[in-house]
Amino acid sequence: MKIRNSEAHQENAELNMTSMIDIVFQLLVFFIMTFKITAMEGDFQVKMPRASSANDSIEQPFDEPIKIELMADEDGSILDIIVDGESKGTSFTALANHVTGLAGPPGPERTRIVAEKEVEFDCDYDLRYEEVIAGITAVSGKRNKDREIETLFQKIKFKDNGKGN
Amino acid sequence: MKINRNRARPIEEGDLTPMIDMTFQLIAFFMVLINFSQVERSEAIMLPDSTLAKPPDEQPKFRVLLNMKQTGSVLFAGSEFKNLDELKGALSREIRDAERRNVQKADITVIIRAHSRAKMGKVQELIGICQDVELESFSLRVNEKTRSG
Repeated sequence: MKIRNSEAHQENAELNMTSMIDIVFQLLVFFIMTFKITAMEGDFQVKMPRASSANDSIEQPFDEPIKIELMADEDGSILDIIVDGESKGTSFTALANHVTGLAGPPGPERTRIVAEKEVEFDCDYDLRYEEVIAGITAVSGKRNKDREIETLFQKIKFKDNGKGN
Repeated sequence: MKINRNRARPIEEGDLTPMIDMTFQLIAFFMVLINFSQVERSEAIMLPDSTLAKPPDEQPKFRVLLNMKQTGSVLFAGSEFKNLDELKGALSREIRDAERRNVQKADITVIIRAHSRAKMGKVQELIGICQDVELESFSLRVNEKTRSG
């Protein structure tokens, strides 16, 4: 018996790829449409329990906090930065230099101070949030030439402005 | 001259393999980069920049994400709260949900995503509302600024 083994039959045995390619392109279009490049986000940690008269005497820090007053002009921009009663103008660099001096030279003593000492921000109601973040950035640390973070004060709180906390 | 049109010609098909390879690579690329956690971020919020911001080392056990618009209204759980006092009920429900999952109040972190031009007084009011329902751990979210300047 003769078995026919024609080439024409072998060519027809290919898989039909059309439907798979359709689905793949649909997936591709979905991911391209939903893809969005966004900047990385980071956090500043703030621990602020509600102050009550009962535990004030217990949780009161041993040292007085560093008091930073941020005053706003009518536009909401920074008008004056006052650190422990001393005006620093509108320069957050001056504020950063001042608190770096308060933290002392790098070493174990600075590590202890910045871990224990609190910084209290007293902000005007109308001050823009970005100005406060600039202030928190100034006291929290700075990046050195190698882009590494030199940590400064980490205990940050906000003074009750009478309308909120 | 007679042209023979009946001569069998092989079907000319392009080789699709490199295109399919490339397409799968593109799909893999977008699948890896897609971030569904961005869904809860509001587009209306333009965060302030900070050179010190860095993503948290560890994720909180339970988080409450509050978006504050420039006007001071708060976006939370798909609703906009213009009166911040109305937020207390929604926060209390969220706390009950956390407690059902055996998460203590102290382990709940409130992430505040406030617009850079929002009033600080409004942000402090929001913090005060959270304190009223005994939440005390806050994260102020900012954009990572790669260059100081």
